[in-house]
Amino acid sequence: MIKRYLSCLALALGLAAATVPALAEEGEGLPRAGTNVADKASLQRGAKLFFNYCVGCHSLKYVRYSRLAADLGLSEDEVMNNLNFTGAKFGEPVISHMPEESAKGWFGKAPPDLSLEARAKGVDFIYNYLNSFYLDPSRPVGWNNTVFPNASMPNPLWELQGLQVAVHGEAKPGEEAAVEKLSIAQPGRMSPEEFRGATRDLATFLEYTAEPAALERQSIGVWVILFLAGLTFLLYLLKHEYWKDVHESH
Amino acid sequence: MANVFSRIGDWVNERAPNMMPAYRKHMTEYYAPKNFNLWYYFGSLALLVLVNQIVTGIFLTMNYKTSAAEAFNSVEYIMRDVEWGWLIRYMHSTGASLFFVVVFLHMFRGIMYGSFKKPRELVWILGMLIFLVLMAEAFMGYVLPWGNMSFWGAKVIISLFGTIPVIGGTLVEWIMGDFLPADATLNRFFALHVIALPLVLLLLVVLHIFALHEVGSNNPDGVDVKHGPKGNRWAADKPKDAIPFHPYYTVKDLFGVGFFITIAAFIIFFAPTFGGWFLEHDNFTPANNLVTPSHIKPSWYFTPFYAILRMIPSFFGTAIWGVIGMFGAILLLALLPWIDKGEVRSVRFRGLGFRIALAVLVISFLALGLVGAGVTAEVIPEWFPGVDVTTWENAFGRLMVLGYFGFFVFVWIYTRFGFEKTKPVPERVTMHD
Repeated sequence: MIKRYLSCLALALGLAAATVPALAEEGEGLPRAGTNVADKASLQRGAKLFFNYCVGCHSLKYVRYSRLAADLGLSEDEVMNNLNFTGAKFGEPVISHMPEESAKGWFGKAPPDLSLEARAKGVDFIYNYLNSFYLDPSRPVGWNNTVFPNASMPNPLWELQGLQVAVHGEAKPGEEAAVEKLSIAQPGRMSPEEFRGATRDLATFLEYTAEPAALERQSIGVWVILFLAGLTFLLYLLKHEYWKDVHESH
Repeated sequence: MANVFSRIGDWVNERAPNMMPAYRKHMTEYYAPKNFNLWYYFGSLALLVLVNQIVTGIFLTMNYKTSAAEAFNSVEYIMRDVEWGWLIRYMHSTGASLFFVVVFLHMFRGIMYGSFKKPRELVWILGMLIFLVLMAEAFMGYVLPWGNMSFWGAKVIISLFGTIPVIGGTLVEWIMGDFLPADATLNRFFALHVIALPLVLLLLVVLHIFALHEVGSNNPDGVDVKHGPKGNRWAADKPKDAIPFHPYYTVKDLFGVGFFITIAAFIIFFAPTFGGWFLEHDNFTPANNLVTPSHIKPSWYFTPFYAILRMIPSFFGTAIWGVIGMFGAILLLALLPWIDKGEVRSVRFRGLGFRIALAVLVISFLALGLVGAGVTAEVIPEWFPGVDVTTWENAFGRLMVLGYFGFFVFVWIYTRFGFEKTKPVPERVTMHD
């Protein structure tokens, strides 16, 4: 009988494990970002990029500098000197200084808070979005994006990536030509390979800000499952012992 | 020490002589058939999840803010700043989904082994009331985080009442307390979710168990152990094929609990959103009445009923038929003891027609779940490029609606007019392990 229960458990866990990635629907069809939120170095590089290129416009209102320091393995001084450019106190959240009213005037709408972006849109979306900007003079700020067409944000990382342009396919009669691929017209400070790594780091950092508990939950989870599996085995033995009476009294 | 306990026991007994016998009646001297199989774990597991929801819910209310302006922030506060808040919240959100998993399996067990048949109709009716209250409880709980799917889900579901002729529009405003789901809606849903419905739920669960213990449990063979031979090793006047609930089924259910929480822990610690099925992507964006999510869909456990609503077209100038169909789907389940007139309880000895109909019911229910969750709308263009998605989805969905309602019509005709050819039912229960 224990074999039957073990095979049930294996089946249930297998099903759960198999369905989860299959069901991760958002960012469907996009190349995988391949982030690993437990990778401290990647998180630190991502944080550096975020505070150099993103925080000018985007807040992380649910993330405190102090929590960042603790989770990313940084000291208070490191965070306050290298990441905190807003003059906020150590225990305060990351709030951009861009006035909302001006932002609306410049971009049409205020840049969204990014604390939960990775949970709302998915890391694959963030990673691919950041890689898919191209110059488009027809747009108000001169940029467009293949993953999120007509996005109002210009490419914040153009210095790193370089200037990307769209290669259009042949236009069907009466339609505009679709973008076939993107190519770098003027190289930036990073090679395409390095840039993909940098955007992966940034996506990893936003995956962390969306759920800081993820770091803790996965590391505790292993022990919880092992404990519960052991407990379940003991409970099986207990049941087996008691039920000897029942089997004898057939 | 034992002396102290027995003296306390005596003291209580003198003052409330019926309390100890009640414990015996429901635990040590409740005799249950000895041949329960895997399907019989889900009742006690549902009780476990109910306790989990109440306990984690109490801790969530300590930090949750009931206000449209603060609710979303307070949930993130729980997820980030409250000690172990993320664990409590995931236990509650995963528990909600697993509640429906175990309740669906529990209900299927009842249909499969004829547990709803005489003399257990009252148990079944009380169970269906629990299911109804549970759905209301889950719906209102889903609104509380005040994410964008909370808002739009609430708007769509409350609008269903708007299809009722004459009073519909006023009723919708009365339910919401506003013209849109708003602060007033959130506050009243909180009151209902946190105290009103849980009280009703607890009362119904107690009645469900009491009603069961009056008539005794059914079993996979559907054989009435009370009518079999008497005398077992615990009592001379009790059924030979029954065993005391405590300790035998308490230790067995404890093992089931261990097994179940191992799976629950796997979800809580490694896949708390379950790929967007237990916690949806769109609900990580605050409620916004100006931005509609690309697909408004209810939580997965409502999708079969939601699909029935969507698949039934409106005619005679009103959309109420879908709403009637959706509630009718639940009402028909509740009426099953009077629809299914077959004498034999367990599927093991029932006619082939019933077995096929039961399979059709399960397949249609699951397929309707996929339709309601928008999976078919995604899969059809992938599998059959170039076809008209709405036409195909409607054709498939309506076929499944027919399958679902067809089960009840078929089973009534099949059993009412004596078409069922059953197998002989054994005298005694059988044990397979």
